[in-house]
Amino acid sequence: MNLKPATLSRIDEVIPHYPVRRSALLPLLHLIQEDLGYLPDEAMPWIAAKLGLEPIQVYEVVTFYPMFRRRPIGRRHIKVCRTLSCALRGGHETCATFEREFHTHCGEVSPGGEVTVEFVECLASCGTAPVVLIDDELHEHVDVAKAQQLSNQIKAAAAARP
Amino acid sequence: MPAPAQTRIIFRHIDEPGYTRDLACYLRHDGYAVLRQAVTRPPADLIEEVKKSGLRGRGGAGFPCGVKWGLVDRKSGKPIYLIVNADESEPGTFKDRAIIHQDPHQLIEGTMISCFANNVQQAYIYIRGEMPHGARILEQAIAEARAANFVGPNILGTGYSCELFVHRGAGAYICGEETGLIESLEGKRANPRIKPPYFPAVLGLYQCPTIVNNVETLCHVKYIAQHGGAAFSQIGTPGNTGTRIFCVSGHVQRPGYYEFPAGTITLGQLLYDVCGGPLPGRTFKAVIPGGSSAKILRFGERFKGKRKVGAALVDYDWGVEDVPMDFDSLGMIGTMGGSGGVIVMDDSVRMVDALANINAFYAHESCGQCTPCREGSLWMKRITTRMVHGTARPEDAALLQSVADQIPGRTICAFGEACSWPTQSFLAKFGDEFRQYPVTKQTPPPAGTPALV
Ligand SMILES: Cc1cc2nc3c(=O)[nH]c(=O)nc-3n(C[C@H](O)[C@H](O)[C@H](O)COP(=O)(O)O)c2cc1C
Ligand code: SF4
Ligand code: FES
Repeated sequence: MNLKPATLSRIDEVIPHYPVRRSALLPLLHLIQEDLGYLPDEAMPWIAAKLGLEPIQVYEVVTFYPMFRRRPIGRRHIKVCRTLSCALRGGHETCATFEREFHTHCGEVSPGGEVTVEFVECLASCGTAPVVLIDDELHEHVDVAKAQQLSNQIKAAAAARP
Repeated sequence: MPAPAQTRIIFRHIDEPGYTRDLACYLRHDGYAVLRQAVTRPPADLIEEVKKSGLRGRGGAGFPCGVKWGLVDRKSGKPIYLIVNADESEPGTFKDRAIIHQDPHQLIEGTMISCFANNVQQAYIYIRGEMPHGARILEQAIAEARAANFVGPNILGTGYSCELFVHRGAGAYICGEETGLIESLEGKRANPRIKPPYFPAVLGLYQCPTIVNNVETLCHVKYIAQHGGAAFSQIGTPGNTGTRIFCVSGHVQRPGYYEFPAGTITLGQLLYDVCGGPLPGRTFKAVIPGGSSAKILRFGERFKGKRKVGAALVDYDWGVEDVPMDFDSLGMIGTMGGSGGVIVMDDSVRMVDALANINAFYAHESCGQCTPCREGSLWMKRITTRMVHGTARPEDAALLQSVADQIPGRTICAFGEACSWPTQSFLAKFGDEFRQYPVTKQTPPPAGTPALV
């Protein structure tokens, strides 16, 4: 596992936040996933050794929380809210628009690996529905037109990449 | 009667032009003055003020904050922890996000006052994983507060020290339930604990006494420390003191968050006067008043009974529009104020579709420990999805009812109730639509029907 030096130093910084090392498990998983894009199999024993746990104690946590993933995803992660308030204001059309624009289906990596579109549960921004989280950034009032516009931006950024 | 004016206490600076989330701006608005003053008082006084205030928790259950603090085991000799519940994942709720993003120092000040009052030396803010930006904002704000000696060792030269760290969740709704949250913070699956014996006030984080409070609740504590419990209890109505923030979403002209003295506004005033009424050409059909677990109300139904006003018992005869938006009134008509998330549906909505959407949420979020909850939530999702797709069986409406009725009271945590109440109340209020689903399915939905599943 090839972690960036910055990740390693943040790992060492976060462990003493807790009187019990095991508590640093979620923070470590986040840090490693942010660095590598996903949690490779070798991350589990590595973290277990770091925190004095058994690898199974890491696996059981990774498999419980929806945000942790054990396979790589697209370069950009598009999370469309599926839950009621967003659905009432057109969230399903929003999701379908992203699927269409990137020729993909929910939960899959688009051909070429540019995006993964996912349907997720309430993002706590129901008043500005439908909402979409792209990587770390929240977008509000994402109707079909805005979904198309966001898709075009992602495509343009991809085309500009050397 | 037109709606009363908003009273913005907690949301005073939310969306205010020119107000920024940095420490300098907060200090220009008298930030941390209340903490400065609070740390010169005996901690027991502060707890007394919170008790006097009548403040009820804003996370969902409405449990009195002063009583909760009073239950903390202070004799065990173990450290006392405080956890800020910033998991905000009850569908329809989006108030804590606004505080975290726009006024993080208000939360930190309220938290540090609460820590001082309860002799807490280590506190955590548990923020849901889907708010990475919010987590960074809080970390930045805590670093600023630490540099200014409001957080960390020897706060303001008093000899009192308290650390505060941000801890991120990873996308599981059940982490909002306080004992699930504690398990999660311990680095485990968020499986809620059995109460008794695991009341957080006695056996919480690392089996030590622990206070778990919602973001908004702790902001109210700051107000109480500043103005006193008596002044706070003057706002709102007896038993429902202070202000209440309503998050309105769905089919209204002006969705958003609105803050009013508790119990002073009716549902009708909120939806028509404040939120501008239904969308053009539509009428209101149903509303969920306190987050998606709260039981649904049908426009047109009436509620009758007797209620206490002061010492007297008076008759009430309310339509949905007339119901005061406070914990007690909403409880009286069989639903709840919960987290303040008001979800509105108009006549374009098919109730079977809406319930199928809600059931998909609960089936996805059950932690899986208790069989009735794990299997029941899945069955309810499967049955309602079948109904939507026209593949349901004739006996399915009755089966749905029977599954929902077998969950509550048989589970470790209140998720069991939370997941069955939608189904029970949709069936009670819109039974016709559920019995009609085979016919409905044969008629294509009219234009404008939202796709919910
Ligand atoms: C299934 C479930 C989910 C919950 N989700 C949240 C939540 O997202 N945020 C929250 O503050 N409280 C949530 N609660 C309530 C907490 O368990 C707890 O009562 C609350 O954080 C206490 O804070 P308060 O007294 O300040 O309201 C949830 C409860 C249950 C049963
Ligand atoms: S009621 Fe559901 S969520 Fe709560 S502990 Fe049981 S299985 Fe888990
Ligand atoms: S329902 Fe989409 S953000 Fe809450």
